[in-house]
Amino acid sequence: MVENQTQNAQQPASAAELPAAIDLKGVSKSFGPVQANKNINLTVKRNSIHGIVGENGAGKSTLMSILYGFYTADAGEIFVNGQKVSIKDSSHALELGVGMVHQHFMLVENFTVLENIILGAEGDHLLASSKAAAREELARLAKDYGLEVDPDAVIEDLSVGQEQRVEILKALYRGADVLILDEPTGVLTPTEADQLFRILEQLRDEGKTIILITHKLREIMAITDTVSVMRQGTMVGTVATEDTSPDKLAEMMVGRRVLLQVEKTAAQPGQKVLEVEGLSVTDEMGVPRVKNVSFDVHAGEIVGIAGVAGNGQSQLLEAISGMFEPLLGEVRINGKAIDFHGEGVADEVREMGLAHVPEDRHKMGLVTQFEEWENSVLGYEDSEKYGKGPMLSLSAARSEAEKRIEMFDIRPQNPRLKTANFSGGNQQKIVLAREMDRDLDILIVGQPTRGVDIGAIEFIHKQIIRLRDEGKAVLLVSVELDEIRALSDRVLVMFDGEIVTQLPPTASEKEFGLAMAGLDPAENE
Amino acid sequence: MSARQPLPKWATNILMPAMNVLLALFVGGLAVAVIGEDPIEAMRVLAYGAFGSGYNLGFTLHYATSLTFTGLAVAIAFHAGLFNIGGEGQAYVAGLGAIMMALWLDQTHWVFVLIGATVGATTLGAIWAAIPGYLQAKRGSHIVITTIMFNFIASAFMSYMLAQVITNPGANAETRTIAETGRIPLLSEYFVFFKHSPVNIMLIFGILALIGVYILVWRTKLGFKIRTLGMNPDAARYAGISAVSIIVITMAIAGALAGMMAVNEAVSVQKRLVVGYVQGFGFIGIAVAFMGRAHPVGIALAAILFGALYQGGVELAFVMPAVPSELVVVIQALVILFSGAMDQMFKPVLERVFGAFRTRSSSTETEEA
Amino acid sequence: MGFEDIIPLLNSSIRFAVPLLLACLAGLYSERSGIVDIGLEGKMLGAAFAAAAVAALTGDVWLGMLAAIGVSISMSMIHAVASINLRGNQVISGVALNFLALGGTVFIGHSIFKRGGTTPNLAKDERIGAIELPLAQEIGQVPVIGPIYEQLISGHSIIVYFAFLAVPITAWVLMKTRFGLRLRAVGENPKALDTAGISVFLLRYQALVITGILCGIAGAYLSTAQGANFSENMTAGRGFIALAALIFAKWKPWNALWTCLLFGVLSAAQIRLQGVEFPIIGEVPVQVIQAAPYVLTVILLAGFIGRAVPPKAVGQPYVKER
Repeated sequence: MVENQTQNAQQPASAAELPAAIDLKGVSKSFGPVQANKNINLTVKRNSIHGIVGENGAGKSTLMSILYGFYTADAGEIFVNGQKVSIKDSSHALELGVGMVHQHFMLVENFTVLENIILGAEGDHLLASSKAAAREELARLAKDYGLEVDPDAVIEDLSVGQEQRVEILKALYRGADVLILDEPTGVLTPTEADQLFRILEQLRDEGKTIILITHKLREIMAITDTVSVMRQGTMVGTVATEDTSPDKLAEMMVGRRVLLQVEKTAAQPGQKVLEVEGLSVTDEMGVPRVKNVSFDVHAGEIVGIAGVAGNGQSQLLEAISGMFEPLLGEVRINGKAIDFHGEGVADEVREMGLAHVPEDRHKMGLVTQFEEWENSVLGYEDSEKYGKGPMLSLSAARSEAEKRIEMFDIRPQNPRLKTANFSGGNQQKIVLAREMDRDLDILIVGQPTRGVDIGAIEFIHKQIIRLRDEGKAVLLVSVELDEIRALSDRVLVMFDGEIVTQLPPTASEKEFGLAMAGLDPAENE
Repeated sequence: MSARQPLPKWATNILMPAMNVLLALFVGGLAVAVIGEDPIEAMRVLAYGAFGSGYNLGFTLHYATSLTFTGLAVAIAFHAGLFNIGGEGQAYVAGLGAIMMALWLDQTHWVFVLIGATVGATTLGAIWAAIPGYLQAKRGSHIVITTIMFNFIASAFMSYMLAQVITNPGANAETRTIAETGRIPLLSEYFVFFKHSPVNIMLIFGILALIGVYILVWRTKLGFKIRTLGMNPDAARYAGISAVSIIVITMAIAGALAGMMAVNEAVSVQKRLVVGYVQGFGFIGIAVAFMGRAHPVGIALAAILFGALYQGGVELAFVMPAVPSELVVVIQALVILFSGAMDQMFKPVLERVFGAFRTRSSSTETEEA
Repeated sequence: MGFEDIIPLLNSSIRFAVPLLLACLAGLYSERSGIVDIGLEGKMLGAAFAAAAVAALTGDVWLGMLAAIGVSISMSMIHAVASINLRGNQVISGVALNFLALGGTVFIGHSIFKRGGTTPNLAKDERIGAIELPLAQEIGQVPVIGPIYEQLISGHSIIVYFAFLAVPITAWVLMKTRFGLRLRAVGENPKALDTAGISVFLLRYQALVITGILCGIAGAYLSTAQGANFSENMTAGRGFIALAALIFAKWKPWNALWTCLLFGVLSAAQIRLQGVEFPIIGEVPVQVIQAAPYVLTVILLAGFIGRAVPPKAVGQPYVKER
């Protein structure tokens, strides 16, 4: 038996008398070698809004998926309303009164609101009666909680905020008493987010229990009663919101980690290499992702872009590298503007002197089914270096790959091996070697050490510094704050598609934490 | 102890297809037994009919040549991530180009007929396949459906052409026959071994096409782009590869390859174009490509297998009239089903077998140590 | 063409449209559940053979119908195992089933009847007969409405009436029942259904059983109602026209009715327009009309006339993320 020491110490005494809505004891969950949740204890009081904060990958979503029956815990106990339960699947969780509003909505796009609400909870073979009942129930829920949605509207015509209401209504219609919301404001505008908060407060006042997963401290402070902080799969602690402050929470979230030591001399910036001016990017769904962003990167400096994942960094990288046409704005390399029209822009951008290490090597940096040497060619296959005319010279490509294997210490040292069989660190080195071993003026690199082992991290960092010292410009995007601070000469903080501030890498954890959470450090001093 | 192990390459590329074929033959044998005939004898006749003599082998190789072309047409598109089930229509329409050039040049010399027919066939085949490619790349129409529709449009278009436009007056919807001077020689004219079987110079073209596709896919920059697009479209976008042009070019090559069947069958052997000459070879090309794992060596073997089934089936109907030659179609269907759609059926079993084998061998090793 | 010419034309249009309509609705259930069905042709062919063969052997056409449905469901279940359980390639599975039916029908047919794949001719009372609606002769005397009632509406086999009835029934099932709601959901977003605690597997199996039944009836119609025996490859691409019709109908039941009727009229006109000179354009080649359903479908798919958006999850095997 594992005691819940952390919680009990910090919770008001009155909560101990009523059975808690949710009580998790010693819950652990691993995915292969990765332990996503380590011995988690968590108590959620009835009639409260309980926030769970933590950085990406802290294990919040995994924990909630266990509670919702999507995953089964490897170890530990779950109590709902004081009863010990083992949740088999999501419909069982619903029977127990636990409902979840997923980050990606589980709605049928071409159905009406009403059809989505009753789907799976129809009750009868014919829809007429259940539709009528649902209509009545919806009217009641709308009245009680201020959840107004036209039941006959088709989902694809609704705004994201309204779709979210439908998800909440779905859970309530199925009798949820405990409502889990996973990053509910990630897709909302600030106004929509405020509306959501009012609804959540009303739900609590009417007797529901809300669990809110987020990484935005503003939201935690604005709406929760209690907050639990997770870090790297563990539960750091649970505190009453009124007893804490954003900077305390930021500190708990990020932790006092040893600053990564990277030896480097002061930067000697030269002329402007990359100029981004008024860049705005709207994604395929029409959602604005990058909003009027402008900055420069000079030769001989590393500019870092810090921020919590999903704040527009990916779209910024895709636009600068010519993979995605921006809505507005201009990108210049060595003074020459990128022409975003037509196909194969990424190839033209390469020829202008830009090398790109993409954020997600599996999704686009590599073809994992390829042999190593083929990935060493990817993106540069038209180069004369790899054969004259239409032919691809295997000997040229393989000897080039062998040279890079040597240079970047890629293991195993076999260019004929399938890329999928290399470790994450070595895969990343394959991409880096390809992009760095060329005549370039600027390197843009996203998440250079994501999923990379410690040894390789150091090597990769050294290579990036070396490139800078050779007088190249580097734009570094990472969600790892340590990495950004260790490598960058200047740091831009991105939040909600905008660059909110520029900080020196020596600024404090707290300053970064607040800026990344969309709060102005000055206001919270 | 049934830990699953990932299968070694030879197991997925040789053992599994072989098991699929054997299972299909076994079910076919059962069907023969059910109708009261001797399955062993039927299989023997089938094998003899396909390989028993130079004459029989010549037929098998002739059919295998056609299937090589239609199989490559599916395979190359597959490398670009496209499912081309339009080989049937592409080969049919290509027949028009082939025969028109052949009839135009047949008073000269067969070499000119051969070159002309090849150019005509590949051009029309390429155009017929590039349209669905373009519609997929630019308009987002699903290529599976469009190529099916194009098979039927080809069928209507060709019956019109053969009945109304290039028809031979007096005959029923076919062109006139190529003149003696322009006839492409059969291999039997050089090798008596093949007797009067239809295998002809196109066999060499088939082998060249296999080598050519190998070089194109694995030895050229275009092939590199095709494979990148097929395996990871996002990586292709990252690499700055234009999906639209790669899709259209790949489909055009596929159509040209399918079109080569026209030179082999219509021009070289039938010496005229008749309605419906493709006879399902375009569809069987799908099976050839899947069985051959979209690799030229595999396609060559699969084409010989299906060619042998086709030829053996003809012999079977002749020697054992009680066993309908459609037995072969059933076996083909089962091979397609097992190797194309149900290949996951054997995999878990094999993985367990291999797993158990390895665990045992490793445990004996530890015991010894 | 006068009024008296139009009624026979429409009459034969209906006969052409019925097997298309049944196969099209069969495809609708399958594709609405997220499973691509290239094998409509094969299932119809297998069913047509089973109906004619069993009717010829037993003399009971309704046993033939049962056999047809049985064969068609079995083929549909092979498709289900390949595409739902084994998560195989649904297109290849369909191609294989088409070949299986093509070879299997002749193989079995020749073995039983020794007639090279065709089945013996069924006598009139061994076929599914025409039904004369009440008062057909009496109402037939009334001008205009009379001939329409007597010659066009009355006098078809029960399968024809069933096919037309299947349209409103399908529309009703889709829109008004729990099964229909879930069916529509599973083809669009199986995950939404799965998180609501409903089995995606079971639902898709149910849909494919219905597909089997409808293809079975379509096949039986060809060989025992419209025709009097089975002959090799007698479906002659009808399954693919039905597939085209399904796309053209944008996967909706009422649209399917109109599309199949249109394609039926095209088939009927094809025969009647041979040698007919039109003003200005002259004689229209039959092949133009033959190709029309496919050309129209390609144009629609390319988005030149409206947009045919298939069910979102169609063709993708469902893998539960765990």
